[in-house]
Amino acid sequence: MSDHHKTMTLTLIVWRQKGPKDPGKFETYTAKGITEHHSFLEMLDCVNEDLIYAGKEPIVFDHDCREGICGMCSQVINGAAHGGQDRTTVCQLHMRKFKDGDTIYIEPWRARAFPIIKDLIVDRSALDTIVQAGAYVSCHTGGVADGNAILIPKPIADESMDAAECVGCGACVAGCPNGAAMLFTGAKVSQYAVLPQGKAEAAERVKNLVDAMSSCGFGNCTNHYECQVACPKGIDVKFIARMNREFLKAQFA
Amino acid sequence: MQLTSSSIGRKILMAITGQSMVLFAVVHLLGNSSIFGWLNGGINAYAHHLHAMPAPVIIGFRLVMLVMVCVHIWFGIQLTVENRGGRPQQYAVKATQKATFASENMIWTGSLLGLFLVYHLLHFTFQVLNPETAAIKNIVPLHELMVPNVLGMVVAGFKNFFVSFIYAGAMVTLFLHLSHGIQSFFQTMGWSCDKSQPLLVKFGTLVALGLFLGYVTIPLTIFAGILKG
Repeated sequence: MSDHHKTMTLTLIVWRQKGPKDPGKFETYTAKGITEHHSFLEMLDCVNEDLIYAGKEPIVFDHDCREGICGMCSQVINGAAHGGQDRTTVCQLHMRKFKDGDTIYIEPWRARAFPIIKDLIVDRSALDTIVQAGAYVSCHTGGVADGNAILIPKPIADESMDAAECVGCGACVAGCPNGAAMLFTGAKVSQYAVLPQGKAEAAERVKNLVDAMSSCGFGNCTNHYECQVACPKGIDVKFIARMNREFLKAQFA
Repeated sequence: MQLTSSSIGRKILMAITGQSMVLFAVVHLLGNSSIFGWLNGGINAYAHHLHAMPAPVIIGFRLVMLVMVCVHIWFGIQLTVENRGGRPQQYAVKATQKATFASENMIWTGSLLGLFLVYHLLHFTFQVLNPETAAIKNIVPLHELMVPNVLGMVVAGFKNFFVSFIYAGAMVTLFLHLSHGIQSFFQTMGWSCDKSQPLLVKFGTLVALGLFLGYVTIPLTIFAGILKG
């Protein structure tokens, strides 16, 4: 048999929690017949099929596009959010990164602001609360303007776009030892603060977002920079520095 | 007041007070290095020069430093307690990639430095720990003046292995605390970007290393008998 058809057997230690109130515990499962071409989620699908056939509750996890775009999948694999592969969501993590006989720990995002709903699914609506606090432009910007009506230099547009790449998966919070949402909030503040349309409300925005962040139960940043490594979109901690700068500026605005 | 209540505001206060203390540590080291003789009259002349300043300047400076220390400790404890609650349950596997021993233990290195600060003030500033070698009780001639014998007090102190050991240990702790603290200051103030950030990490570590080496040389050379009273 060629390497191509070799299958792996893995030991999974998965966090199981019946509901928000359940204390939860780790359960051990065996994943059999896994090929290197399986994605991590497909591997879990296989395990779940076995569980369903055996009349047991399947492992509940979040997922949507399975194309590495949406960031809906949210698992901490062996201690790393999204499995620790650079700029990759769990759905795009493939089993070729593992080897036969490996033991894999699978846990939900762990943060005070992200209560567990069931097994590996957490409630990430705290991130929406931050967005609702002002991560938008509410001043009149008119209809669709000519492309050249408001001149924005390419590096500035790129800077905004780099920040706007955030998909709100919450991996930064999961990776942060303090459960802080500084990278997420920093990206939201920055994507508007650098653009002329966003500048008008920049001071109010940063103040409101920072307050929302704390009231949602997120921790504070201690500059570990774990968020940047965890981010599947590679959002840079320079956006945290920019938010700090905007915040300081807003105190005098 | 968002500066004293919000997440980022309190971090900015931590950064400013911390960095003020770093600046003090740099000036303090430059002054103390007069013990190696580059200043005519050595550390005794330097100490005399400091104490010859008007009393309000000295008292005012000490009060400012006290406020810096208190604000840094107060918000340091407050933020650490909040941050411990940010992730109530730890992961089964610890796989941090960028966090360092220094960055994860700021509260502990900070606490040790706080204790050391108290010891250091009692030892050399208030001179109550070893009264027989206290500088204020041993007046020696300096040019035409009679001044406290700071050199004698420092040498007598560092001749003791345990005293030198405590100081050297404290300086290792200071290195750890500042190797994270200095670069952290620039990030928190928003004075860094993707290009400067790795350089600022190196710069912070370098300054911390410089302070460590500079300070640790004093007890080491005295204990080794190279620097004599």
